[in-house]
Order: sequence, then structure tokens, then C-alpha cells
Amino acid sequence: MTVELAIFLGLAVVAVGASIAMLVSRNAVYSALFLVIVLFAIAVLYLLLSAAFIAMVQVAVYAGAIMVLFLFVIMLLGTENVESESRRPWQFAAALVLSYVLIIQFLVVAIVLPGDFGGEFGALVDGFGGPASIGILLFKEYLVPFEVTSLLLLAAMVGAIVLTRRESSR
Amino acid sequence: MISIVSVAEWIIKSLVLITIILGGFAYLTLFERRALARMQARIGPNRAGPAGLLQPVADGIKLMFKEELIPDRADKVLFVLAPIITVVPVLLLLAVIPLGPDIEIFGQQFSLGLASEIDVGVLFILAVASIAVYGIVIAGWSSYSKYSLLGALRASAQMISYELALGLAIIGPILLAGSLSVADIVADQQRLWYVVLQPIGFLIFLIASMAEINRAPFDMSEAEQELTGGYHTEYSGMKFAVFFMAEYGKMIAVSFVAATLFLGGYWGPFVDRIALLGPIYLFAKVVAILFLMIWIRATWPRLRYDRLMAFGWKILLPVGLLNVVITGGLIVVLNL
Repeated sequence: MTVELAIFLGLAVVAVGASIAMLVSRNAVYSALFLVIVLFAIAVLYLLLSAAFIAMVQVAVYAGAIMVLFLFVIMLLGTENVESESRRPWQFAAALVLSYVLIIQFLVVAIVLPGDFGGEFGALVDGFGGPASIGILLFKEYLVPFEVTSLLLLAAMVGAIVLTRRESSR
Repeated sequence: MISIVSVAEWIIKSLVLITIILGGFAYLTLFERRALARMQARIGPNRAGPAGLLQPVADGIKLMFKEELIPDRADKVLFVLAPIITVVPVLLLLAVIPLGPDIEIFGQQFSLGLASEIDVGVLFILAVASIAVYGIVIAGWSSYSKYSLLGALRASAQMISYELALGLAIIGPILLAGSLSVADIVADQQRLWYVVLQPIGFLIFLIASMAEINRAPFDMSEAEQELTGGYHTEYSGMKFAVFFMAEYGKMIAVSFVAATLFLGGYWGPFVDRIALLGPIYLFAKVVAILFLMIWIRATWPRLRYDRLMAFGWKILLPVGLLNVVITGGLIVVLNL
């Protein structure tokens, strides 16, 4: 067993374990914190794939910004303990069916199409996963989708400000 | 393949970096108390050891023997974990700071610094800074006390707000060096420190980082008159000491980052000939920034909370954005 495989297995156990803990936890604060652990484990998985830039962005954006706001909302509204009445009975059945579909999908990918995954990968391109190569890719090959996304984010930002602003007294 | 020698090298370097923060924390408290006392025409702690040099040891022993209280309705697990979660990001931050140029020992090249060459070093700093909020939020929530919760919410809202200005201030050095690697940014400053080219950026960085680490005049979370003690109201003994350690460790780490990104890092006269001068220059710069922080604490009144948030969003952030635009424009026009 190589070092990388050992690290991967450890991370996988942490990520899956924390995901399950997030789902079954009764306390919303604990759920949010377990999700943070999952995000960290995935960030380290990115590092293992030599994608340092994405790993850092994952931590800074998801773990550092979005989840902090989640925690904020939970704490400010005092909704730590969710009542079980609010759960609808059909949700459980739907989740079960969807997760079976997902598992079958994984199995199909792993058994039917092993050639695409079992093969040897070529050597990494110089600067793979670094900020320079990602920047060049974003601003040359994917410029239009990138700009469209930034426009969408700007619109969302303006929308959030307009919605939260109090009406000026008329 | 990872060799045993390089693993040993990493472990030794990590221990040195952690020692810098922990030892620095102990003596920074003494430095601050002595300096504050002088500015207020007092003498300060000078009884324990020569010139009070053993005062941090005495403080440590006192805190270790104090009774540890855990509030009855607190969330016990998170209450104990919160100080640890607060202190870990602080210890991580120095990993990407180069302490000096490469040196040669027994015919082998050694870099002074753990991972300063990685090409996402600056992003690492921002990522670590952004997770530092968790310890504070968790401490405030798990204490089951309204003072702690309010203090934690204030502190973290402030940290999130000023993080944006901090990130914008860091873009200046990144643009000038053309790299996200901290080692490249320092190497590029051999001729000219970036503080000369980025005076506004440096100012924004200093202000935002002081708000980020909850230092005076932005120490809202410790406003005794309003919140008794902020997010660590319910903590005592060693757990309180760990929060204290995180706070002063943050001061040291932020000073290292400021010195590295704006004040030329380890560069100074004759460093290119005698490499071991590098860490000494860096240390001197860090102490100078720390003294500035203490000086500001002694002379500035605390900002009101709403003004603090308004200042961050309405003044610091637009100025930071403008600074980025002007810097980028000048780099293109002057072809730097």
C-alpha cells in the first residue's frame, strides 16, 4: 500500500463518516460543523490530486466563508434543535430511492467502464493545478462562461442588497 | 518518493515555527505590559527575575493551577474543543513564510522556511485566516451565555467584514511580483520594498489585520463595559490561557505576514553575502510592527461597533478596490 493510498483511505473514512454524522445529528450546529469537516477532507483530497489552487479556494470559500454564514444564521435564529414534526414522511422514502440510484450509478461506472479508470495516467503537465495554469485556462479558453458567471454573481449581490435594504420613509 | 531525511527536516522546521509562536507569545505579553506601562508613566512587571523576564513563567504557572470551570448548561464537547480550534490556525500561518535565503550546511542546500515555495502561498494565508473565525464562534455558542454569544457574533462579523479588505490589500504585492508564491514575492523585493510602491495597500493591510485579530482599537469583543469579556467570558484557567495564546500568536503571525509582503521580508543590507542575517532582519521588522500595535493600543480609543462596521465596508473596502484598479492599471501602462 502506497502512502498516497493510505492517506486517501483515511480521508475517505473521515469524509464519509462526517457526512453520515451530519445527516443523523439532531443539533443543527453540529450538523454544520460536520459539514465543515467534510469540506476540509475534500480539500485535502484535492491536494492529493496536485490541485493546490482548488484546495485552497475550497477552504477559503466553502469552509471559511459560506459555512461561517450558515453557522451565523443557525445561532442568530436559535434553530439549533429542529423539531421532528417538520420532517415529511415521503422525504425518507425519496432519499432512499435516490441514494440507491446513486449507488447503482457508482457500480456501473466502476464495473462496466473500468478501462477509463484503471488505466495509467500520463505525467502531470508542468504547473498543473497551479494558479497560473488555471488563470490562463479561465481567461483564454473559458472566458465567456467565466464572464457570464461573474455577471450572475454581480446580479445576485445587487439583488441581496436591494432586498435587505429598508424602504426609505416616504 | 519521500525520504526519511526530508521528513525529519519538515518535523524540525515545524517545531521551530511552533516554538517561535509559543515563545513569542510568552514574551510578547511581557513586552506589551512593559511598553504600555512606560507609555502610561508606570513601570510595569519587573519583580519576577531580572527586569521581569520570568514574569511569563509565573503567569503560566498561575494559570495552570487555576480551577477550570465549565458552565453547567454549556455544550461540553465544543466548549473544550473551542480553544484548540482557535489556536491551530495561528500555528499554521508561519508555514509559508520564508525566514531567510537558502543556506548551506555540510554542502547541502536548506531553505529557511517550511513551504514558502508553494505556488499558492498567499492563498494559504487567506484560507487559514478565514477559518480562524470558527474557534471564536464555537466558543461563544457553546458557553450558553448571552454575553459570550454576543461577543462571538460581534467578533466574527468584524473578522468576516475586514477579511475582504485584507484580501484586496494583499492583491497589490501579488500583482507586483506576478506570483502567488510568498518566496517569489520576497525575492522580488530585494531592490525595493513593496511598502514604497504600495503605501495605501500597506495601510489597508495594517488596519484590516488589526481588525481581523481583534486588536485595539477594534477589540470590540473585549469591550468590558458592554460585554464583560466577549466570547471567552466563561473560560478560566488553561483554556483561557489558550485563547490568550491564540490572540497574541495571531499578532505575531500577522506581523510576519506584513513584514514579508510589504517590508521586504528577510532582505536588508549584506543579506546576499551573509545569509544568516536574514532571520535577524525579519525578526527586527516583526518586533517593529508589534511595537506599533502596542503603541496604537496605548493611544487610540476603541471604535463604536456600528462605526467600525461602516468604516470597514464604506471606506476600507472601496479604497482597497481602487488601490487594486490603480495598481493594475499602472503595471500595464508602465510595463513593470
